[in-house]
Amino acid sequence: MTVLAGSAVSLATAPINFNLEALGKLVWQLTVDGLTYGAIYALVAVGYTLVYGVLRLINFAHSEIFMLGMFGQYAVLLLLGFSPSGNVYNEGTILTIIYLGIAMLGGMAVSGGAAVGLERLAYRPLRKRNAPSLVFLITAIGASFVIQEFVHYVLPVLTGGELGGVNAQVPIRLVEPQTEFTILGADITNITLIILISAFVLSLGTDAFVNRTKFGRGIRAVAQDPTTATLMGVSRERVIMLTFLIGGVLAGAAALLYTLKIPNGIVYSGGFILGIKAFCAAVLGGIGNLRGALLGGLILGVMELYGQVLFGTGWRDVVAFVLLILILMFRPTGILGESLGRARV
Amino acid sequence: MSTNPSFDQRAKGGVGDAFRSWWNAQARPVQWLFGVPFILLIALLPILNIPLLTTVGTNFGGVMAQFGMYALIAIGLNVVVGQAGLLDLGYVGFYAVGAYTVALLTSPASPWNQTGPNGWLSSSWAWLACLPIAILITAISGLILGSPTLRLRGDYLAIVTLGFGEIVRLLADNLIEITGGGRGLAQVAYPRLGVSESAPLGVFSAGNVASTLNSGVWWYWFSIVLIILALLFVGNLERSRVGRAWVAIREDEDAAEIMGVPTFKFKLWAFVIGAGIGGMSGALYAGQVQFVVPTNFNVINSVLFLCAVVLGGQGNKLGVILGAFIIVYLPNFFLGREEILGIPINGDAIAQYKYLFFGLALMVLMIFRPQGLIPVRQKLLTYGRELYVAARRRQHDEVGASVEVTK
Repeated sequence: MTVLAGSAVSLATAPINFNLEALGKLVWQLTVDGLTYGAIYALVAVGYTLVYGVLRLINFAHSEIFMLGMFGQYAVLLLLGFSPSGNVYNEGTILTIIYLGIAMLGGMAVSGGAAVGLERLAYRPLRKRNAPSLVFLITAIGASFVIQEFVHYVLPVLTGGELGGVNAQVPIRLVEPQTEFTILGADITNITLIILISAFVLSLGTDAFVNRTKFGRGIRAVAQDPTTATLMGVSRERVIMLTFLIGGVLAGAAALLYTLKIPNGIVYSGGFILGIKAFCAAVLGGIGNLRGALLGGLILGVMELYGQVLFGTGWRDVVAFVLLILILMFRPTGILGESLGRARV
Repeated sequence: MSTNPSFDQRAKGGVGDAFRSWWNAQARPVQWLFGVPFILLIALLPILNIPLLTTVGTNFGGVMAQFGMYALIAIGLNVVVGQAGLLDLGYVGFYAVGAYTVALLTSPASPWNQTGPNGWLSSSWAWLACLPIAILITAISGLILGSPTLRLRGDYLAIVTLGFGEIVRLLADNLIEITGGGRGLAQVAYPRLGVSESAPLGVFSAGNVASTLNSGVWWYWFSIVLIILALLFVGNLERSRVGRAWVAIREDEDAAEIMGVPTFKFKLWAFVIGAGIGGMSGALYAGQVQFVVPTNFNVINSVLFLCAVVLGGQGNKLGVILGAFIIVYLPNFFLGREEILGIPINGDAIAQYKYLFFGLALMVLMIFRPQGLIPVRQKLLTYGRELYVAARRRQHDEVGASVEVTK
């Protein structure tokens, strides 16, 4: 209570801290940490941006797909025999990487499956009815509710209380955070390395898939002109399914990386804010543009942490939302522009 | 909200349309003759104590008071979403601004408290004096949010307003020395009326927990007055040039712009009016609960408000009130109930799953009845009401109820 009163007194003089000195001192460390968060945002943002590019739809429920991915990888770790406790398992480097890989595949499978299922159950009936875009958005909001509440109330019943519920899952920690090396005064931890390397590989892979394969060409064709693409023999339905699948799979991968960074984040409401931020990132880079989403994620992650140190911990989310509003006001097409279809056909 | 003809194929005819046709064919006095007793019946619901209708687990008066607030919100949000077709996911932000305006001006914990010895608000009338201030400030906040963002369309606007709703909550949470942060602001003023021995703090006080005429019932009655005022206000706007502009914008913004409708101006009007009504509801909330705290203004509430509007029927004022009633009443109906008509149920569990059911309802509704339970019918807005009634009456007399005069 005394601490609270003390902080209230210090705040009374300045409602919002403007701590430029701390920012200057921590700038490299913040950049590294921001890039780590940003990499996760970027992976989730790809899901928003691909679906928007192909369907002109903001898949509001994508944040819940991500949340399901967190539970998916957690369930896989449980099946592998790990038991939830605060302690860190020490399995050796190779084995840990293998376990993390399996968990990531689990998360990807759950998220990808859920994304495709969502498309089938919720969006396809609307597409058949040629519904206007607001109807899609409201459906997405409804789906988001349903998935959240499913994990909140139904999942604990189905799994005997092991998964889901009001409280966050007790974390299963495979990696002990430790500093590997230092660049410009910024500590690079093993978790940072894992996240950055995996995110880099995944985004490179996705970019190659969309830009260099036959399936990717189909996606870009539908994004550019659905009717002509269909006439040229591209199956629109298959492309849409593929788009949701890619977005879901990447969200599942991001889910594992996120739980490495924040082990206590596995909870039914854990996807919501992250989803909005990832959407922010997608808009920032230019929604519909794959590389824009990746770039936007990284920028948002870094800016947000700068803002957090500059203004105080509670203002981190405010920075993200204000950034979103500013971008939409001054450059609604984002940094790289909306161009999934037109980028290097 | 839809311009697509294949999507807009609604079944014509049926009980609803027959009733609507009959109602519209009646003269104004006849409508009042039926309307006033109906409103009275609704107002008396909490004290009539009808067996199956009355809630078991919570006080029915309190539920109806909450319904009153949600109905006001639904009317305000309906102006924005239903009339002008602007999807606003941050409406809870306006609700919060209204509630916090009252709380900041009247709570002893706030630095801007005006009810003390040095303030300019008398303690018994403080809440009523704050009501117009709250509406004004919320309307201004609508103007501030709307003027930069309303140039955006559709989905983008939805996300920006969502961001705004979150920003308002985060501000309330973080500006600790003004809003009290997570501790909130307590002892907010309320109308100190009807002081008697049984209710020493007035009938509107949260401390009035009398069995029949408790504070919830009084707030409910008060909100009915405000709802009727809001309905008259919004209804007249709808039938005016402003309302026609809104419909034009909703149906096709580009076409409206080309036809000379200053779309930005009218969108801003919709936003400001909607915000003001939301702020009024927020002020009601602050007065009734006498306590505001940021967690009550989560974005999930925004979605619940939207659910009320969509469920009831966007654009239809009475429809959205029905939607608000369903949203508030259904979970409370099941709360603490162990059987319906002899069938045993686990009411508490059903009430707990409310968001799950509302989410499912939204999804199913969007597939099978996207226009809502009581959909709006566009009347011959370009002509005067008399002409419309005359045309309607003749049709009603000649060919019966099945013929529609739409668009």
